[in-house]
Amino acid sequence: MTLAISAALLATGPAPGAAAGTHGFLSPTGVEIAFLLVGLVTFGAALVTVTTRQLVHAALWLVVTLGGLAVEYLLLTAEFIAWVQVLIYVGSVVVLLLFGLMLTRAPIGRSPDADSGNRWAALTVAVAAAAALVWVVVDAFRTTWIDLDGPAAGSTEATGASLFQNWVLPFEALSVLLLAALVGAIVLSRKAKADSSSPPMNAQALTESSHAVTESSGSSEQEGAR
Amino acid sequence: MHLAYPAVLSALLFCTGLYGVLARRNAILVLMSVELMLNAVNLNLVAFDVWLSRTAEETLHSGQALTLFTIAIAAAEIGIGLAIVLAVHRNRGTADIDKLRDTSERHDPDDPDHDARTAGQSDEAQKAEATA
Repeated sequence: MTLAISAALLATGPAPGAAAGTHGFLSPTGVEIAFLLVGLVTFGAALVTVTTRQLVHAALWLVVTLGGLAVEYLLLTAEFIAWVQVLIYVGSVVVLLLFGLMLTRAPIGRSPDADSGNRWAALTVAVAAAAALVWVVVDAFRTTWIDLDGPAAGSTEATGASLFQNWVLPFEALSVLLLAALVGAIVLSRKAKADSSSPPMNAQALTESSHAVTESSGSSEQEGAR
Repeated sequence: MHLAYPAVLSALLFCTGLYGVLARRNAILVLMSVELMLNAVNLNLVAFDVWLSRTAEETLHSGQALTLFTIAIAAAEIGIGLAIVLAVHRNRGTADIDKLRDTSERHDPDDPDHDARTAGQSDEAQKAEATA
Protein backbone atom coordinates (compact mmCIF):
# COMPACT_ATOMS: atom_id res chain seq x y z
CA MET A 1 0.00 0.00 0.00
CA THR A 2 2.86 2.36 0.66
CA LEU A 3 4.04 1.76 -2.85
CA ALA A 4 0.64 2.71 -4.17
CA ILE A 5 0.57 5.89 -2.09
CA SER A 6 4.03 6.90 -3.24
CA ALA A 7 2.98 6.21 -6.81
CA ALA A 8 -0.05 8.42 -6.30
CA LEU A 9 2.21 11.17 -5.00
CA LEU A 10 4.59 10.79 -7.88
CA ALA A 11 1.83 10.80 -10.45
CA THR A 12 1.51 14.55 -10.70
CA GLY A 13 -0.51 14.67 -13.87
CA PRO A 14 -3.10 12.17 -15.01
CA ALA A 15 -1.90 10.53 -18.18
CA PRO A 16 -4.67 8.41 -19.68
CA GLY A 17 -3.27 5.94 -22.14
CA ALA A 18 0.24 6.42 -20.83
CA ALA A 19 0.38 3.00 -19.26
CA ALA A 20 -0.41 1.31 -22.55
CA GLY A 21 2.45 2.60 -24.61
CA THR A 22 4.84 5.13 -23.10
CA HIS A 23 5.44 4.86 -19.39
CA GLY A 24 4.80 8.34 -18.18
CA PHE A 25 5.10 8.82 -14.50
CA LEU A 26 7.53 6.23 -13.15
CA SER A 27 10.50 4.57 -14.69
CA PRO A 28 9.37 1.09 -15.72
CA THR A 29 10.88 -1.94 -14.15
CA GLY A 30 12.33 -4.80 -16.15
CA VAL A 31 9.22 -6.89 -15.63
CA GLU A 32 7.09 -4.10 -17.01
CA ILE A 33 9.26 -3.75 -20.10
CA ALA A 34 9.14 -7.49 -20.70
CA PHE A 35 5.36 -7.48 -20.16
CA LEU A 36 4.98 -4.62 -22.61
CA LEU A 37 7.06 -6.28 -25.32
CA VAL A 38 5.37 -9.65 -25.00
CA GLY A 39 2.03 -7.87 -24.84
CA LEU A 40 2.74 -6.09 -28.11
CA VAL A 41 3.61 -9.40 -29.77
CA THR A 42 0.46 -10.98 -28.32
CA PHE A 43 -1.79 -8.17 -29.44
CA GLY A 44 -0.26 -8.10 -32.92
CA ALA A 45 -0.71 -11.84 -33.29
CA ALA A 46 -4.33 -11.50 -32.14
CA LEU A 47 -4.91 -8.80 -34.74
CA VAL A 48 -3.44 -11.01 -37.47
CA THR A 49 -5.61 -13.89 -36.21
CA VAL A 50 -8.82 -11.97 -36.73
CA THR A 51 -7.83 -10.26 -39.97
CA THR A 52 -5.90 -12.77 -42.05
CA ARG A 53 -7.62 -14.33 -45.02
CA GLN A 54 -5.81 -17.66 -44.80
CA LEU A 55 -7.71 -19.85 -42.40
CA VAL A 56 -4.83 -22.12 -41.38
CA HIS A 57 -2.62 -19.10 -40.77
CA ALA A 58 -5.27 -17.75 -38.41
CA ALA A 59 -4.99 -20.90 -36.32
CA LEU A 60 -1.19 -20.69 -36.32
CA TRP A 61 -1.20 -17.05 -35.27
CA LEU A 62 -3.61 -18.06 -32.51
CA VAL A 63 -0.79 -20.28 -31.22
CA VAL A 64 1.46 -17.21 -30.99
CA THR A 65 -1.25 -15.30 -29.14
CA LEU A 66 -1.89 -18.05 -26.62
CA GLY A 67 1.82 -18.67 -26.09
CA GLY A 68 2.36 -14.97 -25.49
CA LEU A 69 -0.41 -15.04 -22.92
CA ALA A 70 1.32 -17.95 -21.20
CA VAL A 71 4.48 -15.83 -20.96
CA GLU A 72 2.39 -13.02 -19.48
CA TYR A 73 1.09 -15.41 -16.84
CA LEU A 74 4.67 -16.36 -16.02
CA LEU A 75 5.56 -12.69 -15.66
CA LEU A 76 2.62 -12.31 -13.28
CA THR A 77 4.08 -15.21 -11.20
CA ALA A 78 1.15 -17.49 -12.03
CA GLU A 79 3.23 -20.43 -13.17
CA PHE A 80 0.60 -23.15 -12.83
CA ILE A 81 -1.89 -21.22 -14.95
CA ALA A 82 0.86 -20.66 -17.52
CA TRP A 83 1.60 -24.35 -17.93
CA VAL A 84 -2.08 -25.22 -17.98
CA GLN A 85 -2.47 -22.62 -20.71
CA VAL A 86 0.33 -24.17 -22.75
CA LEU A 87 -1.01 -27.68 -22.27
CA ILE A 88 -4.69 -27.08 -22.91
CA TYR A 89 -4.82 -24.16 -25.31
CA VAL A 90 -1.67 -24.56 -27.39
CA GLY A 91 -1.69 -28.33 -27.06
CA SER A 92 -5.29 -29.30 -27.60
CA VAL A 93 -7.59 -26.43 -28.51
CA VAL A 94 -5.53 -25.26 -31.48
CA VAL A 95 -5.14 -28.85 -32.66
CA LEU A 96 -8.92 -29.26 -32.41
CA LEU A 97 -9.40 -26.07 -34.41
CA LEU A 98 -7.00 -27.30 -37.10
CA PHE A 99 -8.88 -30.60 -37.25
CA GLY A 100 -12.10 -28.66 -37.61
CA LEU A 101 -10.65 -26.58 -40.43
CA MET A 102 -9.55 -29.70 -42.27
CA LEU A 103 -12.82 -31.56 -41.73
CA THR A 104 -14.88 -28.66 -43.03
CA ARG A 105 -12.66 -28.57 -46.14
CA ALA A 106 -11.37 -25.08 -45.54
CA PRO A 107 -9.38 -23.72 -48.47
CA ILE A 108 -5.64 -23.83 -47.98
CA GLY A 109 -4.81 -20.62 -49.82
CA ARG A 110 -6.35 -17.27 -49.23
CA SER A 111 -10.11 -17.31 -49.23
CA PRO A 112 -11.82 -14.12 -50.40
CA ASP A 113 -14.95 -14.52 -48.28
CA ALA A 114 -13.36 -14.94 -44.87
CA ASP A 115 -14.77 -11.64 -43.70
CA SER A 116 -18.43 -10.89 -43.62
CA GLY A 117 -20.07 -7.86 -45.15
CA ASN A 118 -20.59 -6.07 -41.88
CA ARG A 119 -16.87 -5.64 -41.32
CA TRP A 120 -16.97 -1.89 -40.90
CA ALA A 121 -19.80 -2.04 -38.39
CA ALA A 122 -17.81 -4.65 -36.46
CA LEU A 123 -14.70 -2.46 -36.61
CA THR A 124 -16.67 0.51 -35.30
CA VAL A 125 -18.10 -1.50 -32.43
CA ALA A 126 -14.73 -2.99 -31.53
CA VAL A 127 -12.85 0.32 -31.63
CA ALA A 128 -15.53 2.04 -29.57
CA ALA A 129 -15.49 -0.77 -27.01
CA ALA A 130 -11.69 -0.75 -26.88
CA ALA A 131 -11.55 3.02 -26.38
CA ALA A 132 -14.16 2.93 -23.63
CA LEU A 133 -12.60 -0.03 -21.84
CA VAL A 134 -9.03 1.27 -22.01
CA TRP A 135 -10.09 4.71 -20.83
CA VAL A 136 -12.09 3.36 -17.91
CA VAL A 137 -9.41 0.85 -16.89
CA VAL A 138 -6.53 3.32 -17.05
CA ASP A 139 -8.53 5.93 -15.22
CA ALA A 140 -9.57 3.51 -12.50
CA PHE A 141 -6.23 1.78 -11.85
CA ARG A 142 -3.87 4.66 -12.46
CA THR A 143 -2.33 4.43 -9.01
CA THR A 144 -2.54 0.69 -8.47
CA TRP A 145 0.54 -1.44 -8.36
CA ILE A 146 1.02 -5.19 -8.22
CA ASP A 147 3.58 -6.34 -5.71
CA LEU A 148 5.45 -9.10 -7.48
CA ASP A 149 8.19 -9.59 -4.90
CA GLY A 150 8.32 -12.32 -2.32
CA PRO A 151 6.89 -15.81 -2.80
CA ALA A 152 4.95 -16.32 -6.00
CA ALA A 153 1.24 -15.77 -5.64
CA GLY A 154 0.39 -18.36 -8.25
CA SER A 155 2.85 -21.13 -7.56
CA THR A 156 1.63 -24.67 -7.97
CA GLU A 157 1.59 -25.19 -4.20
CA ALA A 158 -0.58 -22.16 -3.51
CA THR A 159 -2.91 -22.89 -6.39
CA GLY A 160 -3.30 -26.53 -5.47
CA ALA A 161 -3.87 -25.81 -1.81
CA SER A 162 -6.56 -23.24 -2.47
CA LEU A 163 -8.13 -25.36 -5.19
CA PHE A 164 -8.46 -28.45 -3.03
CA GLN A 165 -9.27 -26.67 0.21
CA ASN A 166 -11.77 -24.06 -0.88
CA TRP A 167 -12.86 -25.00 -4.37
CA VAL A 168 -13.36 -28.75 -4.20
CA LEU A 169 -17.07 -28.78 -4.97
CA PRO A 170 -16.83 -26.58 -8.10
CA PHE A 171 -13.84 -28.67 -9.17
CA GLU A 172 -15.85 -31.89 -9.00
CA ALA A 173 -18.82 -30.28 -10.71
CA LEU A 174 -16.45 -29.21 -13.45
CA SER A 175 -15.34 -32.79 -14.01
CA VAL A 176 -18.98 -33.79 -14.46
CA LEU A 177 -19.38 -30.95 -16.94
CA LEU A 178 -16.36 -32.13 -18.90
CA LEU A 179 -17.83 -35.63 -19.06
CA ALA A 180 -21.17 -34.25 -20.24
CA ALA A 181 -19.40 -32.17 -22.89
CA LEU A 182 -17.48 -35.24 -24.07
CA VAL A 183 -20.64 -37.31 -24.39
CA GLY A 184 -22.42 -34.43 -26.08
CA ALA A 185 -19.65 -33.97 -28.62
CA ILE A 186 -19.70 -37.67 -29.45
CA VAL A 187 -23.49 -37.65 -29.84
CA LEU A 188 -23.41 -34.55 -32.02
CA SER A 189 -20.63 -35.67 -34.32
CA ARG A 190 -21.71 -39.28 -34.71
CA LYS A 191 -22.98 -40.31 -38.11
CA ALA A 192 -26.48 -41.79 -37.90
CA LYS A 193 -26.12 -44.45 -40.57
CA ALA A 194 -28.13 -47.17 -38.86
CA ASP A 195 -31.17 -44.94 -38.57
CA SER A 196 -31.65 -44.47 -42.30
CA SER A 197 -31.21 -48.15 -43.13
CA SER A 198 -33.70 -49.46 -40.60
CA PRO A 199 -36.68 -47.23 -39.74
CA PRO A 200 -37.47 -48.89 -36.36
CA MET A 201 -34.16 -47.56 -35.10
CA ASN A 202 -35.76 -44.14 -35.01
CA ALA A 203 -38.17 -45.26 -32.35
CA GLN A 204 -35.29 -46.52 -30.33
CA ALA A 205 -33.39 -43.29 -30.80
CA LEU A 206 -36.36 -41.38 -29.44
CA THR A 207 -35.51 -42.48 -25.97
CA GLU A 208 -31.89 -41.37 -26.07
CA SER A 209 -31.84 -37.61 -26.11
CA SER A 210 -33.32 -34.66 -27.89
CA HIS A 211 -30.07 -33.97 -29.74
CA ALA A 212 -29.94 -37.44 -31.17
CA VAL A 213 -33.59 -37.31 -32.18
CA THR A 214 -33.34 -34.10 -34.15
CA GLU A 215 -30.08 -35.09 -35.75
CA SER A 216 -31.18 -38.53 -36.82
CA SER A 217 -34.54 -37.33 -38.09
CA GLY A 218 -32.91 -34.49 -39.99
CA SER A 219 -30.32 -36.69 -41.61
CA SER A 220 -32.82 -39.40 -42.51
CA GLU A 221 -35.10 -36.80 -44.05
CA GLN A 222 -32.18 -35.46 -45.97
CA GLU A 223 -31.23 -38.84 -47.29
CA GLY A 224 -34.84 -39.52 -48.18
CA ALA A 225 -34.93 -36.33 -50.20
CA ARG A 226 -31.90 -37.32 -52.24
CA MET B 1 4.16 -3.88 -11.89
CA HIS B 2 1.51 -1.39 -12.77
CA LEU B 3 -1.93 -2.97 -12.83
CA ALA B 4 -2.87 -1.01 -15.94
CA TYR B 5 -0.53 -3.07 -18.14
CA PRO B 6 -2.40 -6.39 -17.88
CA ALA B 7 -5.76 -4.63 -17.68
CA VAL B 8 -5.16 -2.67 -20.87
CA LEU B 9 -3.78 -5.71 -22.69
CA SER B 10 -6.80 -7.70 -21.60
CA ALA B 11 -9.20 -5.01 -22.81
CA LEU B 12 -7.44 -4.82 -26.18
CA LEU B 13 -7.49 -8.59 -26.62
CA PHE B 14 -11.16 -8.71 -25.70
CA CYS B 15 -12.02 -6.10 -28.29
CA THR B 16 -9.94 -7.93 -30.90
CA GLY B 17 -11.99 -11.04 -30.19
CA LEU B 18 -15.17 -8.97 -30.36
CA TYR B 19 -14.21 -7.73 -33.81
CA GLY B 20 -13.46 -11.29 -34.90
CA VAL B 21 -16.81 -12.60 -33.67
CA LEU B 22 -18.69 -9.83 -35.45
CA ALA B 23 -16.71 -9.72 -38.69
CA ARG B 24 -15.76 -13.30 -39.44
CA ARG B 25 -17.84 -15.49 -41.68
CA ASN B 26 -16.39 -18.95 -41.16
CA ALA B 27 -17.76 -20.58 -38.01
CA ILE B 28 -14.37 -21.92 -36.93
CA LEU B 29 -12.83 -18.45 -37.14
CA VAL B 30 -15.66 -17.23 -34.93
CA LEU B 31 -14.74 -19.95 -32.44
CA MET B 32 -11.12 -18.75 -32.52
CA SER B 33 -12.28 -15.23 -31.72
CA VAL B 34 -14.34 -16.55 -28.83
CA GLU B 35 -11.16 -18.19 -27.52
CA LEU B 36 -9.43 -14.81 -27.71
CA MET B 37 -12.16 -13.20 -25.64
CA LEU B 38 -12.00 -15.97 -23.03
CA ASN B 39 -8.23 -15.57 -22.80
CA ALA B 40 -8.59 -11.85 -22.23
CA VAL B 41 -10.89 -12.58 -19.31
CA ASN B 42 -8.36 -15.10 -17.97
CA LEU B 43 -5.56 -12.55 -18.05
CA ASN B 44 -7.73 -10.11 -16.14
CA LEU B 45 -8.56 -12.75 -13.53
CA VAL B 46 -4.92 -13.70 -13.01
CA ALA B 47 -3.73 -10.10 -12.76
CA PHE B 48 -6.37 -9.14 -10.23
CA ASP B 49 -5.77 -12.29 -8.24
CA VAL B 50 -2.06 -11.54 -7.98
CA TRP B 51 -2.86 -7.96 -6.99
CA LEU B 52 -5.50 -8.84 -4.40
CA SER B 53 -3.54 -11.69 -2.85
CA ARG B 54 -1.03 -9.09 -1.61
CA THR B 55 -2.97 -5.91 -1.01
CA ALA B 56 -6.19 -7.37 0.35
CA GLU B 57 -4.55 -10.54 1.69
CA GLU B 58 -7.09 -12.63 -0.11
CA THR B 59 -6.11 -16.23 0.53
CA LEU B 60 -8.82 -18.03 -1.41
CA HIS B 61 -7.03 -17.47 -4.75
CA SER B 62 -10.45 -17.15 -6.30
CA GLY B 63 -9.09 -15.53 -9.44
CA GLN B 64 -6.76 -18.38 -10.25
CA ALA B 65 -9.35 -21.02 -9.39
CA LEU B 66 -11.83 -19.27 -11.65
CA THR B 67 -9.18 -19.09 -14.37
CA LEU B 68 -8.72 -22.85 -14.21
CA PHE B 69 -12.48 -23.34 -14.39
CA THR B 70 -12.68 -20.97 -17.35
CA ILE B 71 -9.96 -22.87 -19.18
CA ALA B 72 -11.77 -26.17 -18.63
CA ILE B 73 -15.11 -24.70 -19.71
CA ALA B 74 -13.44 -23.21 -22.79
CA ALA B 75 -12.08 -26.64 -23.69
CA ALA B 76 -15.58 -28.13 -23.33
CA GLU B 77 -17.03 -25.26 -25.35
CA ILE B 78 -14.57 -25.71 -28.20
CA GLY B 79 -15.37 -29.43 -28.34
CA ILE B 80 -19.12 -28.90 -28.45
CA GLY B 81 -18.79 -25.98 -30.85
CA LEU B 82 -16.66 -27.94 -33.30
CA ALA B 83 -19.08 -30.87 -33.11
CA ILE B 84 -21.94 -28.52 -33.98
CA VAL B 85 -19.96 -26.96 -36.82
CA LEU B 86 -19.12 -30.39 -38.20
CA ALA B 87 -22.76 -31.49 -37.96
CA VAL B 88 -23.88 -28.35 -39.80
CA HIS B 89 -21.19 -28.85 -42.42
CA ARG B 90 -22.19 -32.47 -42.90
CA ASN B 91 -25.86 -31.64 -43.34
CA ARG B 92 -25.58 -28.46 -45.35
CA GLY B 93 -22.15 -28.54 -46.95
CA THR B 94 -21.00 -25.21 -45.58
CA ALA B 95 -19.56 -23.70 -42.42
CA ASP B 96 -20.54 -20.20 -43.46
CA ILE B 97 -22.65 -18.64 -40.74
CA ASP B 98 -24.01 -16.00 -43.09
CA LYS B 99 -25.84 -18.73 -44.98
CA LEU B 100 -27.57 -20.25 -41.95
CA ARG B 101 -30.66 -18.12 -42.19
CA ASP B 102 -33.43 -20.59 -41.50
CA THR B 103 -34.78 -18.86 -38.43
CA SER B 104 -34.56 -15.34 -39.81
CA GLU B 105 -37.64 -13.27 -40.51
CA ARG B 106 -37.12 -12.93 -44.24
CA HIS B 107 -38.31 -16.02 -46.08
CA ASP B 108 -36.27 -17.20 -49.05
CA PRO B 109 -38.69 -17.97 -51.86
CA ASP B 110 -36.27 -19.86 -54.11
CA ASP B 111 -35.77 -23.03 -52.07
CA PRO B 112 -38.66 -23.76 -49.74
CA ASP B 113 -37.81 -27.45 -49.33
CA HIS B 114 -34.28 -26.57 -48.24
CA ASP B 115 -35.65 -24.60 -45.33
CA ALA B 116 -38.01 -27.31 -44.20
CA ARG B 117 -35.35 -29.98 -44.44
CA THR B 118 -32.71 -28.31 -42.32
CA ALA B 119 -34.79 -26.31 -39.89
CA GLY B 120 -34.46 -28.96 -37.24
CA GLN B 121 -30.70 -29.05 -37.59
CA SER B 122 -30.22 -25.31 -37.24
CA ASP B 123 -32.69 -25.18 -34.37
CA GLU B 124 -30.64 -27.78 -32.61
CA ALA B 125 -27.42 -25.92 -33.33
CA GLN B 126 -28.75 -22.66 -31.97
CA LYS B 127 -30.18 -24.33 -28.90
CA ALA B 128 -26.90 -26.06 -28.17
CA GLU B 129 -24.95 -22.86 -28.75
CA ALA B 130 -27.17 -21.05 -26.31
CA THR B 131 -26.54 -23.64 -23.67
CA ALA B 132 -22.83 -23.88 -24.36
